[in-house]
Amino acid sequence: MIGRLLLGVAAATVAGGLSPPAAHAGPSLDAIRERGTLICGANGSRAGFSLVNSEGRWEGMDTDVCRAVATAILGDAEKVEFVKVTSQTRFPALQTGEVDMLAANVTWTLTRDAKLGVDFVAPVFYDGQGFMLPRALGVNSVDELDGATVCVLPGSTSEKVVNDVFRARGMTYTPVVIEDQKELNNAFFAGRCDAQIQSTSGLSASRATVAANPEDYVILGEVFGKDPMGPVVREDDADLRDIVGWSVYALQQAEEFGITSANVEEMAQSEDPEILTFLGATGDLGEALGLSPDWASTMIQTVGNYGEIYARSFGEQSPLQLERGLNALWTDGGLHYPPPFK
Amino acid sequence: MLYNKAWRAIAYQLLAMTLVIGTGVYVVLNLQDALAARNIATGFGFLLQPAGFAIGETLLPFNSTDAFWRAYAVGITNTLFVSALAIVGATVVGVAVAFMRLSRNPLLSGVGRAYVEGFRNTPQLVQVIFWYALVTRLPHPRNPFVPVEGVLVSNRGLYLPAPAEQGAWFWALIAACLGLLLALAYLRHGERRRHETGRVRRLWPGMVLLVLVPPLLAWWLVGAPTAWVRPELQGFRVVGGFVFSPEFIALFLGLSLYIAAFIAEIVRAGLNAVSQGQREAARALGLKAWQIQRLVVVPQALRVIVPPATAQYVSLVKNSSLGVAIGYPELFNVNNTILTLSGHVLEAIAIMMAVYLSISLAVSAMMNAYNRSVQVQER
Repeated sequence: MIGRLLLGVAAATVAGGLSPPAAHAGPSLDAIRERGTLICGANGSRAGFSLVNSEGRWEGMDTDVCRAVATAILGDAEKVEFVKVTSQTRFPALQTGEVDMLAANVTWTLTRDAKLGVDFVAPVFYDGQGFMLPRALGVNSVDELDGATVCVLPGSTSEKVVNDVFRARGMTYTPVVIEDQKELNNAFFAGRCDAQIQSTSGLSASRATVAANPEDYVILGEVFGKDPMGPVVREDDADLRDIVGWSVYALQQAEEFGITSANVEEMAQSEDPEILTFLGATGDLGEALGLSPDWASTMIQTVGNYGEIYARSFGEQSPLQLERGLNALWTDGGLHYPPPFK
Repeated sequence: MLYNKAWRAIAYQLLAMTLVIGTGVYVVLNLQDALAARNIATGFGFLLQPAGFAIGETLLPFNSTDAFWRAYAVGITNTLFVSALAIVGATVVGVAVAFMRLSRNPLLSGVGRAYVEGFRNTPQLVQVIFWYALVTRLPHPRNPFVPVEGVLVSNRGLYLPAPAEQGAWFWALIAACLGLLLALAYLRHGERRRHETGRVRRLWPGMVLLVLVPPLLAWWLVGAPTAWVRPELQGFRVVGGFVFSPEFIALFLGLSLYIAAFIAEIVRAGLNAVSQGQREAARALGLKAWQIQRLVVVPQALRVIVPPATAQYVSLVKNSSLGVAIGYPELFNVNNTILTLSGHVLEAIAIMMAVYLSISLAVSAMMNAYNRSVQVQER
């Protein structure tokens, strides 16, 4: 009896292992392959995450995640079509199939994951909500803000966080809710509000790009709430979900291994069996995801590893000059901990 | 039976109706299936859940523990408030500009023309943002511009002194409204008498009395309070007095000045539509200039003015949704927050559309009723 059961399990395993991966592909993944491009919803006006530069090219961490996924699926980082979405339109755009995935600085929450018919995959950026004020006010803590007027984007996590922060302290405030990031920044830097609340990444981006003199503004040290941000896909396609998730992890794993866009070919000659498996020289990791064996090495070669992406989006090579902080790898005291590539 | 005209008409009607209803049912069912297949939560139950966000300026009391439906109520009252004031503003400015354009003084007519061309031919969103940029560049409340003692003009808003006992003034306001209604009734009665007897009596002294006496009497009856509260800066905010926020001011100006340009042209067209012969005939009867306007020209012009003006008022109400661009918490802006915080995008948009539709239909119903009263009364 037990023997027969084992035999059955073995047969099923063999059958499963032999069947071609493409037959499992979900509807969204099939559509991407057929179309030959990945359609990616991104914000387009958030420095660091996604911004259209003066030459019309999309730049930033979110756009690089899209390029990484496009490389994994289609073998070419340029086979991405970016669609501009706002914080109001991003979920409907994904739900209706207008875009294949979102990389639009979306915060991962239970309600969104459970109620919207979408799946959050892997955090790409750990953020939190902070307050920015004119340095001249001499305010050092949120506790001194009773009665303040606060500029806030609608429907963002910020609108909820500012309410919770002030209620918990028994303080009052007046929100000024402006939909457009540019108008919000104009209003804040013109002095319409005492403070602006947003993710600390967003605040440092506004300060670096909009303020006449960035030195005149401080971001308070208190950071509220958890804002893990990452790509989002529809629930109907588990294969696409896996590919997007492991693309993000591959970027981080490459940094952990010390593989960069410059040395990826060199590393292919490495003695380390884990690196060889990761780059597809040995093993069948690519095949398991339904991708080509060298998907990770092509990805790192064209897009770079997570550290390189961070440096040009938020870090030392960008105007934002944001420290790695929580976004360092776990080996450097941060939170990014890619699961093993086995 | 097939050749019977009446029967055929009914059959076509039935067929058309079945098609329309069938399509509607199919669309709704399909939508429900699609939403269910994508695991998207639906239903209006979320309206009873706590909103969890605050609204900057409210006419109704609201805080973040109140339910979503109260947030809608706040957004709707703000939309109605700014629309109502902007309709009044657009009408006053529009009529004034129309008379300027009709004036024989080249300076006046030139300014009127420049106003109309300038405001009519630039996008309304640009105008709203322009006013907002202007208002937010006013001085900070720490050293505000004080045109009159007690009035603060700052980039946090226009602060006006308010009476200390607002309850007393509320009664005076009610009495003033009553007085206004009485004065109008008196005017109608006087005109009817004039039609019946043909004798012209002066009506304005009685009307002035009817408008002024009731509020003064009410004010005196509740104790004639005279204390006023002046706005003052305390900590981060200005306390006391009435306030018009920069967002409200910018939206009000953006809506009323833009629509005023259209109203001006409608009024000018209406006045020009009254034929010259009518004026000449009135002059031949010995009427004075203002009597010609009031008794002959305006009543006939109104017939031409009211229908297109209705369309402008309705579009003003709909355009109040531009408040979202500058952060005035009107319906569209509040709805934006509600739909992302609750996740019920379709329901929220459906509610918003239903509300705008009802407001617009109500405005045009009121204007149509008014239109009927100014049309030619066939006897």
